[in-house]
Amino acid sequence: MTGTPTISVKNLFHAYGTGEGRRDVLKDVHLNVAGGEMVILSGPSGSGKTTLLTLLGALRTPQRGQIRVLGEDLMTTPQEKSMILRRRIGFIFQQHNLLKFLSSQENILMAMGHDRPDVTKQEALTLLDQVGLSDKANNNVSELSVGQKQRVSIARALVHNPDLILADEPTASLDWQSAQDMMALFREKIKTEGKSALIVSHDNRLFNYADRTVRILDGGIAE
Amino acid sequence: MPAFLLAWKQLTFEKMRFFTAIFGVAFACILIFMQLGFKDALFDSATLLQRTMKGDIYILHKQSEALWRMRPFSEQRLYQALSFPEVADVTPMYSAQIPWKNPQTGQNRTALVLGIDPAKVDVYAIKGLKELEKELQKTDTVIFDQYSRPEFGDVKSLLEKGPFPVEIGGIKLDVAGMFQFGITFSADGNLVVNDTTFLRMFPNRAREGIDLGIIMVKPGTDIIALKNKIEAALPTDVSVMTQAEYVTYEKAYWQNITPIGYIFNLGVILGFVVGLVIVYQILFTDITNHLTEYATLKAIGYPPSYFFYVVFWSSLFLATLGFLPALMVCLGLYQVVESAIFIAMNLNAGKIIMVSSLTLTMCFVSGLIATRKLRQADPVELFV
Repeated sequence: MTGTPTISVKNLFHAYGTGEGRRDVLKDVHLNVAGGEMVILSGPSGSGKTTLLTLLGALRTPQRGQIRVLGEDLMTTPQEKSMILRRRIGFIFQQHNLLKFLSSQENILMAMGHDRPDVTKQEALTLLDQVGLSDKANNNVSELSVGQKQRVSIARALVHNPDLILADEPTASLDWQSAQDMMALFREKIKTEGKSALIVSHDNRLFNYADRTVRILDGGIAE
Repeated sequence: MPAFLLAWKQLTFEKMRFFTAIFGVAFACILIFMQLGFKDALFDSATLLQRTMKGDIYILHKQSEALWRMRPFSEQRLYQALSFPEVADVTPMYSAQIPWKNPQTGQNRTALVLGIDPAKVDVYAIKGLKELEKELQKTDTVIFDQYSRPEFGDVKSLLEKGPFPVEIGGIKLDVAGMFQFGITFSADGNLVVNDTTFLRMFPNRAREGIDLGIIMVKPGTDIIALKNKIEAALPTDVSVMTQAEYVTYEKAYWQNITPIGYIFNLGVILGFVVGLVIVYQILFTDITNHLTEYATLKAIGYPPSYFFYVVFWSSLFLATLGFLPALMVCLGLYQVVESAIFIAMNLNAGKIIMVSSLTLTMCFVSGLIATRKLRQADPVELFV
């Protein structure tokens, strides 16, 4: 692990609505994720996990507190800079969100379209091989099973070699063996390349892959 | 992946939908092509005589609206114009509508008849008329327009046996030959007679009451300056026009005074709106169906402009792929319509450029409206 934290959150508050309809979702959250660290975030529904992920992913404007991701202070970062920052993050969602009219390989290469035209089809193929889908490279994603689609979306999140992986239940649609394989792949990437990951998961069988598990309850961290 | 490639793959993924979209755009293009074709055919046919006559300056009654609605004016005005030294020659023309009784069926059909000086047949530059100059000099003789509608009878076959009589306006006249001109929206057939015959056909008309005065000027004359001089010298009961002004005057009648120009313009607008709605529906559905995927791409760093370009390229593909088959279809359709209505339909470069520009505008406007939906592609919604 390196000294400078990839994620540094202090006294983070976030609320939805105003007046009587105001609902505090995050209450004085403190969280650090170091370089080379893989952290699993768990907690019941409505505890604030999703809000925290969207804030860390620079998808939502933070309201109060301190939040630094990959060296950027998200309290002051303008939208254009947030967009550039997001290119250094690998997002994995519960739904695969692949473009159904593209092949597996093309979907992976879409992650490179904006700033890494040097990434070749070969690198996409290598990733597909690592997620066990090398024989499906040219298959249209509409021909793949749900689990296979999710593995393609994981490959898409990893192909641009992100400094941080933010994943929301990435293994929810995978069978147990595939889920283990994917977690092992994340861990390998993080440990060999010094990256970081914050993974939301309810599956306590996967906690062993993490360096640390953080539990969030009613908007606050309860490690 | 470049935006144009993503747009292409997205458009063509569902083949049936893609071809339906192309068909829709093509249909709108055909609609526009046909309306413009009809409108131009109307104007071209209505101004054919004015465009082909060899006169330099024209005199007509102030209240004359169009060739088929002329008001006679005094022949004296024409001779007043002849007093200008720059004027080389003048010739009067009479015109009116008259019923023609089909010699085979006995059915009446209205024809436009021009009464001209047979010695000055060259002024009219009507194909085939010069060859019939001698026939035209004969009284009670009619020259028939070969391109008149078939309802006038099979004049060509009847002429094979020589001149034959036809009842025109209640009197018997001999048809002695045919010229080639073409019908208009106001006349299904045309006849040319000499001025004496014309006055026999219309006994209420006086020789000195002419419908059009045609002036030929000497070489090197400043036509506009002379026209202004003649206009200033003549009383205000007549209008004096150059040839270009006379063509515009005739065209303006059809465009502004009759509802026909308006109807065809409305047809063009309807075609445009139909295309706009079709393209909008296609693009809107494409964006709606891929909102989550677009949001994902936004989350991983794609700027909003990328999706704008995707829609822009989709519009361009639809416009191009809809326009080209429409052009091919219209090449044939113009021929079919021309043979049915007996009015020339010209698919010229100007019309092609006009329709392609309208198609592009139609598709881009639809795309622009559809891009409003892109704002709903919010990456925050991806975390559920």
